[in-house]
Amino acid sequence: MSRSSTLHADARLEDLVGSKWQKPPFITSSLLRWSLTIGALVYFVVAISSLDVNWSRVSEGLDRGLQFFLGFVNPDFTSRAVDIKEGLIESVEMTIASTVVGIFISIPIGLGAARNIAPLPVYLVCRSIVAVSRALNEIIVAILLVAIFGFGPLAGFLTLSFATIGFLAKLLAEEIEDMDKVQAEAVRATGSRWTQWINYGVQPQIMPRLIGLSIYRLDINFRESAVLGLVGAGGIGATLNTAFDRYEFDTAAAILLIIIIVVMMLEYLSGIIRAKVQ
Amino acid sequence: MPISSDKSGLKVWQRRDRNTQLLVWAGWLLGTMVFLYCWRQISDATEWFFVWDAPRIAADIGDRALPPRWAYINSLWEPIWDTLNIATLGTLFALVLAVPVAFLAARNTTPNRYIIRPIALLIIVSSRSINSLIWALLLVAVVGPGVFAGMLAITIRSIGFCAKLLYEAIEEIDQSQVEAITATGASRWQIMAYGIVPQIMPAFAGISVFRWDINIRESTVLGLVGAGGIGLQLQGSLNTLAWPQVSLILLVILFAVLISEWVSAKVRGAII
Repeated sequence: MSRSSTLHADARLEDLVGSKWQKPPFITSSLLRWSLTIGALVYFVVAISSLDVNWSRVSEGLDRGLQFFLGFVNPDFTSRAVDIKEGLIESVEMTIASTVVGIFISIPIGLGAARNIAPLPVYLVCRSIVAVSRALNEIIVAILLVAIFGFGPLAGFLTLSFATIGFLAKLLAEEIEDMDKVQAEAVRATGSRWTQWINYGVQPQIMPRLIGLSIYRLDINFRESAVLGLVGAGGIGATLNTAFDRYEFDTAAAILLIIIIVVMMLEYLSGIIRAKVQ
Repeated sequence: MPISSDKSGLKVWQRRDRNTQLLVWAGWLLGTMVFLYCWRQISDATEWFFVWDAPRIAADIGDRALPPRWAYINSLWEPIWDTLNIATLGTLFALVLAVPVAFLAARNTTPNRYIIRPIALLIIVSSRSINSLIWALLLVAVVGPGVFAGMLAITIRSIGFCAKLLYEAIEEIDQSQVEAITATGASRWQIMAYGIVPQIMPAFAGISVFRWDINIRESTVLGLVGAGGIGLQLQGSLNTLAWPQVSLILLVILFAVLISEWVSAKVRGAII
């Protein structure tokens, strides 16, 4: 058996000697490779042809694009300074409040969604909460909540909290499922209560990850809060929308620059904090 | 180890010593104060009358929205196709543009560490910090409403995401393989093609499918600002208060998201 396979390999080697080396393909099955390639090409052609670009409109708009680009070079922070400041502060408030509430709600749900801690009924309930929260886009949730709760930052706050729950609870549950069982068992062996077990056996293991994820989510929530205003859920997005509607591209550029700077600062800060706790 | 004695002189183990405990307590106090202040500002800006009325409104909307108007699905096929195209073409173009940016941004492949790398990083950060809906808002003003604006918005938004993950993958490659290729006397491009690319190929495939999944979600709402896709129908139905159509569109979106998540999980499972 092994003899024949060696012979076979030898024969294959004989065939290959002298021929030029070729890069091994990424997908080994040639049928699958070719059908994927042809399918992708056909799709690409059909999709491009259904794109329907109105080039005269585009060339008209390029002028406006240039204006916007010039706005970035020369942003106008002053003429709408009050609106920008109010919108930015509202965004920050929404971000902080929703992140805090989201973390507090997602911890019990995250515990419930970890299979190694929770019994099956609790697990299923928590997992379905996570699935619903993750499947719905923030903007869609915001539209519905604005319709229900009226315009203003409360709808934005609720939207971001809801989105935070799905994100944090899922990643937290995965972290708990991956944790080191030995430590948790050692704490349990001392005769601890359930709360003590969670507090001393589980929590220390997931705390660095929880802090890192919370800060990451704070960053995401700020970015999202910048668009929620487009559908009336408060924050700097409302100011931005108004600026676009009035074709005040220099003010819009100023707002976008502020968002970019705040996001960069948050990212830098979260990098430092995550490096410290991990 | 922090230990305190109780009244009878018995030593009791404590989790933290006094100073750490005080510091933790002060941190919690500060955090709570910040949170309460933010909450109060939000609550001041809210019309609480509407909030108390919310359960009735929600029940009313639910009443109107159910059952969904199933017949409306026939006018949704085209927007669904558009949405799929926005996400897929946007991801494709973004990948084409993200690859050079990633190579310029990675520490071990960048041609110039002090000028080109910061520029590449700036492109990544500005593309990542701005949501695709804002890009769409801007592009609708520039190229006019429609699928093209949506596709461009998705492209611009995805460049930063893909380039960031890709350049991190490039920085983590095994350098010895690159050295081995270099030792054969390969040129700069050959080193890239045979030393670096095979190592990042799985990461690249994973990133593209991951981003495609995200883009399907994002492209469903781009229509709200006029950038084509199913969001256009959603906006129209919301504006005319056609709640049975809204509920059908939301169901379609939910279904599309679930399918794309399933596809992306399958493909990533097959690659990694």
